[in-house]
Amino acid sequence: MSQNTLLITILGMALVTYLPRFLPAWFLRDRALPPFFAAWLRYIPAAVLAALLAPSLLVEGGALNLAWNNLYLWAALPCIFIAIKWKSLFGTVLAGMLFVALARLLII
Amino acid sequence: MSRLRAPDRNAWVSLAPALPVVLGYLPIGFAFGVLAAAAGISPFNSVLMSLIVFAGSAQLMAVGFITQGVGPWALIAATFIINLRHLLMSASLSPYMQKWRGAQVAAFSFELTDETFGVHSLRFEQGDVAPGSALRINLVCHLSWVVGSLLGVLAGGLIEDVRLFGLDYALPAMFIALLVMQIRGSLYLWVALGAGALSMLIWGVGLTRWNVILAAVIAAAVAAGVETCRKTRS
Repeated sequence: MSQNTLLITILGMALVTYLPRFLPAWFLRDRALPPFFAAWLRYIPAAVLAALLAPSLLVEGGALNLAWNNLYLWAALPCIFIAIKWKSLFGTVLAGMLFVALARLLII
Repeated sequence: MSRLRAPDRNAWVSLAPALPVVLGYLPIGFAFGVLAAAAGISPFNSVLMSLIVFAGSAQLMAVGFITQGVGPWALIAATFIINLRHLLMSASLSPYMQKWRGAQVAAFSFELTDETFGVHSLRFEQGDVAPGSALRINLVCHLSWVVGSLLGVLAGGLIEDVRLFGLDYALPAMFIALLVMQIRGSLYLWVALGAGALSMLIWGVGLTRWNVILAAVIAAAVAAGVETCRKTRS
């Protein structure tokens, strides 16, 4: 693909990325929603976050890995503990990074 | 009358939620830049992609596709599919934007990613729905993504090491914290467990671009159904 074709392609990618981000917010924001739909939207954040998180913790190099050497999976345990205990976003992030860095330093 | 003001301390404090995202975006953006340069994408096009597409997984996929010689239409179609999940996020945040101006909604949506969604879904629920700070947080996150990409493009041939300092774990750890804070009752816990399991199941059967959106739609719908049933019964 030439750089010019790629430029046009990137504009297309930008458009098809923007529309799903924009249209629901635009059309739903000042509408009274039916109770079922409102409840559905309330559960969406937890559902989306869990659906994103599961593969990022359980899949390593394109394959399921539940073994002891899947650092991402085991680092989740201290993160969950700290997130529940301190309710701190930044504290959890720091603890997770520290755990991963230390594990690599000490084990690998 | 114009006068010099000391930097508003509150403005800085309001940016704090962006910090974990920035920590994650700088190294991943950097990795994208390095890979894009290696794939022969021009520096201008690489940075442009980070500027106007602003979607990590789609951009990394695009680099892979371009290396494999996939054509423009297939690339745009794949980008659309992989980014469709933002429909859910946009819909879920929409009730909080009732009093925003149209331009603010348009600008906010432009920078709605998995990560900024996670941050705002928590802030909005806590009552922090002012458009100004939300847009500033988004801008800082977006900027870190563009700067990371630019540095990666410039570093080019150098091999990236995002594993240093465990920086590659910044975003997974942030998602864990955001998810934990979303759990406000047993039904929420079941939604999370169900969505996670479904996501793995759908991923496992090979629908690796659909797992997030399908799992989230189904798990949230089941919970909404249970909740609605309970209410109508009582």
